[in-house]
Amino acid sequence: MELFQKILPTLLSGISAGGQYALIALGYTMVYGILRLINFAHGDIFTVAGFVMFYAITAMPLYLAIPFTILVTVLLGFTVERVAYKPLRSAPRMSVMISAIGVSYLLQNLMWYVTGGQAQQYPSIPWISGKVMVLGVETKVVTVITPFLTVILILLLVFLTKRTKVGLAMRAAAKDFETARLMGIKIDRVISATFVIGSFLAAVGSMLFFTNYSTVSPTVGMMPGLKAFVAAVFGGIGSIPGAVVGAFIIGICENIIRSLGWSTFSDAFTFALLIVVLCVKPTGLFGEKLEEKV
Amino acid sequence: MKKVFALLLTLAMALSLVACGSGNNGGDGDGSGDSGEKVVKIGVYEPSSGANGAGGKKEVLGIEYANSIAPTVEIGGEEYTVELVIVDNQSENDKGVSAAQQLVQEGVSIALGSYGSGVSMAAAPIFEEAGIPAIGCSCTNPGVTLGNPYYFRVCYLDPFQGSVLANLAVDEFQADVAYVFTELGDDYSVGLGEYFTQEFERLGGTVVADQNPAGNTDMSGFINAAKAANADVIFAPSSTTVASLLIDQAASAGIPLIAGDTWDDAVILQAATKSGAKVYFSTFYDEGASDEAAAFMNGFKGWLGENDDKMTNNGGTDTVSAVSALGYDAYMVALEAIKAAGSTDGDAIRDALTGVTYTGVTGDVVFDEEGDVDKNIIFIKGVDAEKGAFYSVKEQGLAE
Amino acid sequence: MKKQMKGKTLLVTILTIAVFAALSVGAEAVAGNVSGMSMLVPVLKKTAVYSLIAVSMNLLNGFTGLFSLGHAGFMLVGAYTYAILSIPVAKRAGVYQYYDGGIVQFSIPETFGNLLGESVGTVVGMLITLIIAGLIAAFLAWLIGLPVLRLKSDYLAIATLGFAEIIRTFIQYEGFAPLTNGSNTLRQYASFKSLYAYVIVAGLCIAVIVLIVNSTYGRAFKAIRDDEIAAEAMGINLAKHKMMSFIISSFFAGFGGGLMAMYMASVQAKSFTVSMTYEILLIVVIGGIGSITGSIIGTFLFVGCSEWWLRFLDDSANNIGGLNLLAPGFRMVVFSIFIMIIVLFFRRGIMGTHELPDVFRFLRNKIKGKGKGAAK
Repeated sequence: MELFQKILPTLLSGISAGGQYALIALGYTMVYGILRLINFAHGDIFTVAGFVMFYAITAMPLYLAIPFTILVTVLLGFTVERVAYKPLRSAPRMSVMISAIGVSYLLQNLMWYVTGGQAQQYPSIPWISGKVMVLGVETKVVTVITPFLTVILILLLVFLTKRTKVGLAMRAAAKDFETARLMGIKIDRVISATFVIGSFLAAVGSMLFFTNYSTVSPTVGMMPGLKAFVAAVFGGIGSIPGAVVGAFIIGICENIIRSLGWSTFSDAFTFALLIVVLCVKPTGLFGEKLEEKV
Repeated sequence: MKKVFALLLTLAMALSLVACGSGNNGGDGDGSGDSGEKVVKIGVYEPSSGANGAGGKKEVLGIEYANSIAPTVEIGGEEYTVELVIVDNQSENDKGVSAAQQLVQEGVSIALGSYGSGVSMAAAPIFEEAGIPAIGCSCTNPGVTLGNPYYFRVCYLDPFQGSVLANLAVDEFQADVAYVFTELGDDYSVGLGEYFTQEFERLGGTVVADQNPAGNTDMSGFINAAKAANADVIFAPSSTTVASLLIDQAASAGIPLIAGDTWDDAVILQAATKSGAKVYFSTFYDEGASDEAAAFMNGFKGWLGENDDKMTNNGGTDTVSAVSALGYDAYMVALEAIKAAGSTDGDAIRDALTGVTYTGVTGDVVFDEEGDVDKNIIFIKGVDAEKGAFYSVKEQGLAE
Repeated sequence: MKKQMKGKTLLVTILTIAVFAALSVGAEAVAGNVSGMSMLVPVLKKTAVYSLIAVSMNLLNGFTGLFSLGHAGFMLVGAYTYAILSIPVAKRAGVYQYYDGGIVQFSIPETFGNLLGESVGTVVGMLITLIIAGLIAAFLAWLIGLPVLRLKSDYLAIATLGFAEIIRTFIQYEGFAPLTNGSNTLRQYASFKSLYAYVIVAGLCIAVIVLIVNSTYGRAFKAIRDDEIAAEAMGINLAKHKMMSFIISSFFAGFGGGLMAMYMASVQAKSFTVSMTYEILLIVVIGGIGSITGSIIGTFLFVGCSEWWLRFLDDSANNIGGLNLLAPGFRMVVFSIFIMIIVLFFRRGIMGTHELPDVFRFLRNKIKGKGKGAAK
C-alpha cells in the first residue's frame, strides 16, 4: 500500500498529461489522415485558445466565455485551413508543411505582440479547478476528469466517423483523396470539417490543460504540441485509437521518468521512443500500411 | 566574363543602396554637430522582446525615468544632453551581438544592461574590444564582469545571493532538506542553484536536486519528488513563466518556495495570490529601506501614470520592479562617471568608474577591482496572499 | 565544353568571393562614417554565416529533396565543438566556473599560435577547429542517418527534429558538464573580428557546395529529388547518395555552427531550438528551394528585415494617427505576414530553382537577341 501511495501521484499526473496530449493528438492525426500534412500550427492554435479564454473571461461571464472560446478557436482553425493550406492543395507536400511552419511562426509572433510577452494566469473554471482526494492523494478535479472526458469525446468522434455522412466522407478522403473527389465528395468541405473538429478538440484540450497548468505564454503550446504529434505517430498516424493509446503511453512514461529523477531526459526519451518506433514499425502501433505510389 | 563581373558589382551596389534608403532606426537622430547642442550617447542594451522581454522593458523604464530626472550632464564645464540609444537584444545571444555592435557603431560612450546574464556575457567581448564601458543592471552571474575590465554592475552576484538564500532557508524555516529545482539550459538558474547547494550543504543540510527541461509545463512530478524527499523548502530560481506554473502546483503540497531576484514580478504576485502558496524571494530593492528608495518609488509611480504606453511596458500595473530601480541606479552611476571623467571617451569613463561612489536607491555603489559592488545585505520579500501584495520579510545577510 | 563550363564556374565563384570581400571592407568603412548605417556590418556578418547554413540546408532539402528538420542540432554540435576546442587554457577556469576548468585542457588555435607564430598560427588553428567541428557534425549525421534516412518525407522531418532535441538534451546534461559546461554559456574563445574574414570563409564553403551540386553527385541528388523511383531505376544508389547528401549538409551545418559561435561570441545550447531550424528553413523558402544564390539573397533579406529595416515598427513613438499599432513585437508580426505571402503566392521563392548567373544570361540573351546566346 505504501508503494502504491508513492506511485499513485505519478500515475495520476501521467494519465492526466496523457489525456491532454490525446486531445491535441487527435487534431494532428485527423488532419494527417486526410491531407498527409503535419499541421505544425496545431500546437499554436491550442495556445491561442488559452489566450482567448483569458481575455474572454474579463469581458463576459463564464458560461458565455467557454462557448465563445470554442467558437473563436474553431473559426481560427477553419480560417488557417482556408487561407494557408487550401491554395496549396496541388503543391508538393513540402510546400504545405512549410506553410504550416509559417502559420505557426505567425501565430506565435502575433500572440507575443498582443500580450507583450507576459505570461498570463489562466482563469479558474469552477467545478474542475477544485481539489479532490483520490485514494488518499490530493489532486485537482481536472486531473480526474480529463481521462473520462477524453474517452467520451473520442467515443463521439468514433461515432462521427463511423456512423455519419461526414464521417464516411472523411474516411473516403483519407483512403483515397482523388477517388473520393471523383465520387462526388466535396473534398474542401470535408477538410474544413476536419479542421473544425480538430480545433474544437484543441479548444477543449486547452481548457483542461490550462486549468491544470495555469500559465499561458506564447510558446507554451510548442512542446505539448510536438509531444502530441509524437503520440499520434507512435500510435499510427491517421488512427484515432492509436493516437489516444500513444498519448497515454507517452504521458505516463514521461512522468515515471521524472519520478525516477531523470527529468533532464524526459523529452529526449519521448523523441527516442518515436525514432525507435519509426524505425521498427514505421506505420506506428495501429497504422495502416501505405502503398508506395509511382 | 566582364559583364558578369560588372553586373555582380552593380547588384551589390544596388543592395547597399537599398540598405541606405530604408535603414535608419533607433535613436541615432539629430547628430550633434548641426544644432550646436552637445550630446553624449548612452547605449541601452536590453531585451524588449523574446523570453526576457517583459523584464527588460521594466529595466528600460527605470533608465528612461532616470533620464527624465537628469537629462543633461556637465562635462569639462560644458552642458551635454544625454541621448539614450535603445537597442533590443531580443533575449537571444546572436541577436544581442548584433544589437551590441549597433551600439558600438552608434558611438555610444557607455552602455547599460542587460536583463539576463547570458546576453550580457555575449555582448561583453564586443564592448571590451570597442573600449566602451558597460554597467550591468540586474545580471547577477559572476561571468559577466569576470576577466572583463570594461564590464561593471550595480547588483549583487549569484554566489552571494545563493548563499544568503541558503541562510534564509535555515534561519527562517529551520530546513534540513531542500529541494533545488533549476531550469535545464539556463545558466542563471543552474548557477544560482549551484551556489545555494554549496552553502546549504556547508550549513549541514541535504539537497535533492532536479532540472526542468525547457518547454515542460507539468510540474507535478517535481512537487511529488519534493514531497517524497520530505523537503522543508523548495529552492526554485527560475524564469517567471516557469515560476508561476510551479507556484500553482506547489501550493497543495504546502512546502514554502524560495527563489532569486527574477521572482520580483507581478506575475508571481498573481500566481501566489491565486494559489495561496508560501513564496519568499530575494530582491535588490525595498522602498522602505532608505529615503532615496521611497523617493524613487513615488517619483517613478507618478512618471508611469503620465503615459499609458509606459504603464503597458510595466506589465499594466504600477508595481515598482527592482530591475527598474537598478536601471535607475545604473544610469545615475554612468552620469557620475562621465562627470568625473570630464570626457565622452570610453576609456576615460572606464577609469573614472573605478573611483565612483554613489548612494543609489538600491544601496551604495562602489566598484571593486572586478567591477562588482559590495552589497552585503539582500532584501527578502514575500507574498501576502490575502492582500495580494508583496511585503518585506527581512534583510538577510550571511551567518558567520 | 563541360570542362570549360566547370572552369568558368570556379572562376566566377572565386571572383565573386573576392568582390564580396572587397565590398565588405568598404562596408565597414561606410558603416563607421555614415549615420543610420550602424547595423550594416553586424547584418552582413550574420548574413555571411547564415548564408552558409542556409545553403547547406538547401543542399539537403532543396537539391536532394530530403525534408530534414534537424539542422539546429548539427549547428549546435559544430558550435560547441568549436567553442570547447578553442577556449584559451588560461581562461578555462573562468568559463567552466563550476567544473574546475573542465576536462579539456588545450586550445587548438593557441597550440598552432605557438607553433606557427601568433597571427598566422591562430588563424590556421581556428580553421582547423572549424573543420573538426564540421567533421564531428558529419560523423553524427552518419550515425543518425543509418536508421533515419530510410524514412519518407514527413516521418524523416519529425525524426530528425527529434534527434536535434535529443542532441540538445545530451549537451545540457549535468553529467557531461566538465566537457560541455552543461547549461552554462561557453565564451572567450578565439573568433574572427572583421567582416571580410567571415565573407571569405563562408564564401569558400559555399563555393565547395556549388562544385558538389554541379558534379555527378549533384546531378544524382537532383534526380533523387525529382523522382526517387525513377532515379533508382537509372542505377543511382539511393541509400548511398542520400547518406552522402545528409553527411555533406551536416558537415557544413557544423562548420557554419562554428562560424556562428564565433559571431555570437558566446554559445549556449538553449538557443539552438526547433525555432532556429524553422528560421533557416524559411530563409531557404524565401530564396527559392534549390537555388544557392537564392538562399544567399534570402538570408540577406531575412536578417536585414528581422534585425534592421523593420525596427521602426517596434517603436511606439512612430505611431501616426489614432491607430496605435506600432509596439514591441509588431515588426515580427509584419515580418511573418511577409513570409506567409511569399510561401503562399510566390511558392518558388525569389529565385525558384534558378541561379543569379542564369538570370543575367537570360537578360543578356534577351537584349542581344536569342541566336547568339543559344550558340553557347
